[in-house]
Amino acid sequence: MQEIPLETHDLTVAYDKRPVLYGVDVQVPEGKLVGIVGPNGAGKSTLIKAIMGIVPITGGWVKVFGESFARGAKRVGYVPQRESVDWDFPVNVMDVVLMGRYGRLGLMGRVSKADREIAEACLDKVGMLPYAKRQISNLSGGQQQRVFLARALAQESDLYLMDEPFVGVDAATEAAIIELLRELKGRGKTILVVHHDLPTAQTYFDMLMLLNMRLVAFGPTEEVFTQELLQKTYGGRLTILSEVANTVMKESK
Amino acid sequence: MKLAGESWKRFCGLSFAPALRWALAGVLVLLFAASAEAARISDMQDTNVWEQAIRFFSLRDDVVRTALLGSIFLGISCGLLGSFIVVRKLSLFGDTLSHAVLPGVAIGYLVAGEKDPFAIFVGATVAGVLGTVVVNLIKKTTHIKEDSSLGMVLAGFYGIGIVLMNRIQKLPTGTQSGVNKFLFGQAAAVSPTEVWMIAGVAVAAVLMVLLFYRQFLLGSFDIGFARSLGLPAGLFHYLLMMLLAFTVVVSLQAVGAVLVSAMLVIPAASAYLLTDRMHRMLVLASVFGIFSGVLGAFFSFLGNSLPTGPLMVLAASSIFTLSFLFSPKHGLVSRWRKRRRGQKRIENENTLKAIYQVRESYGFAGEGVRVKDLALRMGETTDETRRRLEKLAAVGVCDLKEIEGKSYAFLNPDGWLRACAVVRNHRLWELYLTNQAEYEPDHVHDDAEVIEHILGEETVRHLERLLDYPAEDPHGKLIPSLADLQRSLTKGSSEDKATGYRMPNQ
Repeated sequence: MQEIPLETHDLTVAYDKRPVLYGVDVQVPEGKLVGIVGPNGAGKSTLIKAIMGIVPITGGWVKVFGESFARGAKRVGYVPQRESVDWDFPVNVMDVVLMGRYGRLGLMGRVSKADREIAEACLDKVGMLPYAKRQISNLSGGQQQRVFLARALAQESDLYLMDEPFVGVDAATEAAIIELLRELKGRGKTILVVHHDLPTAQTYFDMLMLLNMRLVAFGPTEEVFTQELLQKTYGGRLTILSEVANTVMKESK
Repeated sequence: MKLAGESWKRFCGLSFAPALRWALAGVLVLLFAASAEAARISDMQDTNVWEQAIRFFSLRDDVVRTALLGSIFLGISCGLLGSFIVVRKLSLFGDTLSHAVLPGVAIGYLVAGEKDPFAIFVGATVAGVLGTVVVNLIKKTTHIKEDSSLGMVLAGFYGIGIVLMNRIQKLPTGTQSGVNKFLFGQAAAVSPTEVWMIAGVAVAAVLMVLLFYRQFLLGSFDIGFARSLGLPAGLFHYLLMMLLAFTVVVSLQAVGAVLVSAMLVIPAASAYLLTDRMHRMLVLASVFGIFSGVLGAFFSFLGNSLPTGPLMVLAASSIFTLSFLFSPKHGLVSRWRKRRRGQKRIENENTLKAIYQVRESYGFAGEGVRVKDLALRMGETTDETRRRLEKLAAVGVCDLKEIEGKSYAFLNPDGWLRACAVVRNHRLWELYLTNQAEYEPDHVHDDAEVIEHILGEETVRHLERLLDYPAEDPHGKLIPSLADLQRSLTKGSSEDKATGYRMPNQ
């Protein structure tokens, strides 16, 4: 049987007792480029953070390659939102990319020459090798995103979770990223990308996950990208769900 | 002095961390720097300050040795932990923590009935943890934001601490209790036991940072990513917070509760201005911490047991002021000088551009430009223009010559290339704005006046490609292209010098 890179069952997440994701069931097949789309506040970032245990889950379970996340973490690469870190932090580009190797070093391991070579190769792949010694605050938005991407590549994972990698990047970087993602897919990697531009979502991804506090639909892009399902995702019918969520929060305080 | 250094080395017997080697070097430097300082003070006053200084540095007294050793270790842990709280934006948290420990100190004293370091350590730690818990409790259960809850806990706990301190002062044993030293610190009152505690925390901090540098670095930079790697990010966060709390608690006697946070933040902030790599920041902050600590202890000793805390902070602030002014990248002075250089360059480039335009009006005939014409072009007196040209001459791109009683300016090849480049940048940018960005031709000049000085070679190439190697700007004037220009320059100067630099399209 083929391994399932990612499976969630009844995955439920609440922030501060306010539910933001209800019972998400998905099985992501191997070697697919999957877009996660939905309106603001739909829980797109929350879903991938919950998968990796960055935010605690309140119900259900997650399995990566048939194991708990803690066991499978080495096979999962992550590209967080660019704004989630302080770009004035005293590190250079190489330092950041090497962080992608930390998961493989163990508690006391040191960064080896091989790690450095891998990091350099990854930087080269995103066209950032000449910037290796640059302090990260001297980078443009697109360059910062490329550095994060290189860091994820350095993880040498089989499943990649990316949070809005196309936000605030120039057209050239966007094209470079999508090309890179397709190449990764070609090597059998599975990639989940949080995305919020609908027109490009249709062309970029093999599969789409329509999300609005719950999983509206998940399937091949041509089947899921329909007027009806998009209406269901972005339309007003879901306000009741979010009203109920607010009530739940108020009740519990 | 040398002897003092030697005995110092033997006294500590340390050899395990590069940071400490730095520390040692720092102390040796200090020995010379500070003795000069002391000499000046003794000139002004008629006391035996000089003798005091000798006493301090000869390390004859146990008191001095303990105080000095305490200050050094304190500087190390404050520098290390401070660096992390500065880059994590937790400075206010450090401040709150240091004030929140005060009631614990008082209660520790009351319970033990005397100034018992362990009772005070336990009391202070408990109070610090309690303060942190209260901050989180307020933040989680109400909609009061973190800064407010930090502020309240800081002031509230500190108030309780002061009240308790006053009670202790009024006890029969109160006047000799020495608890008042916990407010502003007194390095001379540090007991050997306390030095051991300070040293213990410093050694633990150095070891932890050496062993888990990667985890601390990643946890500080991107905690989400750390979690995604399956690293116990929470554990390392608490480890760091615990080290921070211990640092604050053991530093109380030497620096005082009021100013511990300053010793955490200021050396680290100074280091942050000087370097953009975390490991260098850690080392620098420790060195600054040691420097401030020792200087503070020294002046406190010199002034017959002045409170140490303010003096340490004063020393740290001086270091900060220096890096604020003179840091190569972020310093005020260096930034000012950079701007000044930029302005000078722009001024020179504007002169070059004017020379180009005058030559253009001559139809590029002849070699020199009459100063009078140039002045007319720039709308200023000939004297002003002459001064401009002298500035150009000073950077070696222009010669001023008198021919038949009239003064001319001659550009050398470098100057001419530069002049062409500026004109080209200006006209390319105007063309780009009108053609690609669809501005009206009369809207583009002012923007180009600024852009012409900052367009890089790569952007220019890109613009040329984008505009399909244009020959004329929106106002119908020639755009000198760099490639053609270089060719014309070499031809012009070797074969036909008298006619000056020709334009390629001529």
